[in-house]
Amino acid sequence: MYFAKEVLESSSRMRQRWEDEVKKLVSKWPDQKPEAQWSTVSDLPIKRLYTPEDIKDMDFERDIGYPGQYPYLRGNQVTGYRGKYWTFRMFSGMGDAATTNARWHLLLKEGQTGLSTAFDFPTLMGYDTDSPKARGECGKCGVAIDTLEDFLVLTKGIPLDKITTSMTINPPATALWAMYCAAAELQGIPLTKIGGTIQNDMLKEFIAQKTLMCPPEPSVKLISDTVEFGTLKVPKWNTISISGYHIREAGSTAVQELAFTLRDGMEYVEDVIRRKKLDVDAFAPRLSFFFNSHIDFFEEICKMRAARRIWAKAMKERYKAKDERSWWMRFHTQTAGCSLTAQQPYNNVVRTATEALAAVLGGTQSLHTNSLDEVWCLPSDFAVQIALRTQQLIAEETGAANTIDPLAGSYFVEALTNEMEKQAWEYIHKIDDMGGMVAAIEKGFPQLEISDAAYKFQRQIDAGEKIMVGVNKYVSQEKESIPFLEIDDRIETEQIERLNAVRRKRDSKAVKKCLDDLKQACKKGENVMPYCIEAVKALCSVQEICDVYREVYGEYRDPGLY
Amino acid sequence: MAERKLRVMVAKPGLDGHDRGARVLARCFRDAGYEVIYTGCHQTPEQIVSAVIQEDVDLLGLSCLSGAHRYLYPAVTKLMKEKGIDDVTVIGGGIIPDQDFQILYDAGLKAIFTPGTTLESIINWINTNVKPRN
Repeated sequence: MYFAKEVLESSSRMRQRWEDEVKKLVSKWPDQKPEAQWSTVSDLPIKRLYTPEDIKDMDFERDIGYPGQYPYLRGNQVTGYRGKYWTFRMFSGMGDAATTNARWHLLLKEGQTGLSTAFDFPTLMGYDTDSPKARGECGKCGVAIDTLEDFLVLTKGIPLDKITTSMTINPPATALWAMYCAAAELQGIPLTKIGGTIQNDMLKEFIAQKTLMCPPEPSVKLISDTVEFGTLKVPKWNTISISGYHIREAGSTAVQELAFTLRDGMEYVEDVIRRKKLDVDAFAPRLSFFFNSHIDFFEEICKMRAARRIWAKAMKERYKAKDERSWWMRFHTQTAGCSLTAQQPYNNVVRTATEALAAVLGGTQSLHTNSLDEVWCLPSDFAVQIALRTQQLIAEETGAANTIDPLAGSYFVEALTNEMEKQAWEYIHKIDDMGGMVAAIEKGFPQLEISDAAYKFQRQIDAGEKIMVGVNKYVSQEKESIPFLEIDDRIETEQIERLNAVRRKRDSKAVKKCLDDLKQACKKGENVMPYCIEAVKALCSVQEICDVYREVYGEYRDPGLY
Repeated sequence: MAERKLRVMVAKPGLDGHDRGARVLARCFRDAGYEVIYTGCHQTPEQIVSAVIQEDVDLLGLSCLSGAHRYLYPAVTKLMKEKGIDDVTVIGGGIIPDQDFQILYDAGLKAIFTPGTTLESIINWINTNVKPRN
């Protein structure tokens, strides 16, 4: 028991007195809005007050504990942020490789401590810039990469043994990671020295982000290939970033984000274990996670705390991991793009700051802060600098990093953390009963749960039951305009010219052989990574590699569930 | 005889995967009593136009948030014209800066809905401006 019996008794007595007074006052001066609307952005009901009675069943050692100790509610890091702040990692990529390389150098000069790559849609989906499907998209939502030559421009002047790079890439993750490995080799850096992350989480693509290529089963196979290859050859690399960010952006609640993300993680663990090449403790320490930090301050903090505890329990109890590093949930956070508004865009600075502070109080290890203009376009230099400064300011000025998990022990924070964990486990068990996440996705379960939540939220906004400042309350008649970063349509023509030049100069026999070898490896069920590295070195394009996958494994089309 | 239900297609051209708006609208149209066809993501203009013909819709709503609307929306309407479709109303939504509105109106879109639009105002616009074709 967390509290002595006498404490609970006096709490109960005092609560009754307080409740009587509340009743009296509310009958005279009613609350500003009905009970149900005092809820989180995800609609979790929140009480007017929390007391020791709300956490009376907690056991300190079992449920709370210390940082760096099971169940890691209070963080993985024994020393907290004193040894090192979270990594300031701004997600960036635009236009062509040279433009993005320049932005990277600017961010590093301004004190960013890790890189994070945004690719354009053709690259994300495994198409070359000159594919008919790619028309109009080149460089719009990120950087266009067709071949290793582009990649070498992208990483020019970046010391790959000193800086870690995250790449948001999913279906073609093997190809882009192969390019990173090849680029390191060309800089004379062994694979054992490079560090970074590939997102490489296909399950959440089917659920939410929708960059799609092959069906779920072979997609998981390719991911397990990277996990095995990374464990043996690139030990400092996080071969997957199991992501809730996109699930949330697609409209899920915080609990759904928590549950679906962790269940996705369990699915990957189960697949690698099933292949019997690696012991769970050999690969689990390199699994990483990625969460959204939305606008509901406490809900986000509790979600992150709950996530660590759920993962630790799952790894220890479900998968029998023995190494404590396997129990750690290490995660990156991005503030919520979907919480930002096109109206009164400068307000977005305040939203992002609030969300970033929640992520820090939730114990994130890495953070991207959105720029105020991201509803409209890719961030301008001006906007991205404010966003980066926001997290630097939280680190250096606010004192939020002074002490570890400062909200632990709060009746409210612990109660909400417990409640979110409980609801997440209910989802996880439901998905277990369906036969796992792949089966649940095939049934459309997580997709439709998210659609329900997204639709409900939109109706609440329309009805004024939930508020977005500048959208459905405090609306300004005057339109505030901000400078836009525009991606020139000319980039597409230039990128196609570069791609054609590569095609003309490369050894077409070597290209054909590499792609044939890759195809054979796919058919035989071998690990594709060594073949991918050879293919990118021979200047095979992203699409050529992905076309092999589509041919062997089949193509998956969005079923359009709503 | 009662008027037949309005047939509405929500389509996502291009490689963009931001489908929250499209999914929410598809549900909203269903609740408004329309017959709804949602294409899912990653449709080429050709696929969309052939679905428009096959499904015999009264209204086509395009959604794109990647910035490629300037190319993709006109590509769809141009192809519709080439196929002789002149009685299907086309509307569009997404992150569309003011300066692009005229390009899209010139391409034949009848309305453009941007962030902050309520579902109700979209339904009102449709009920006022689109009738089931005979």
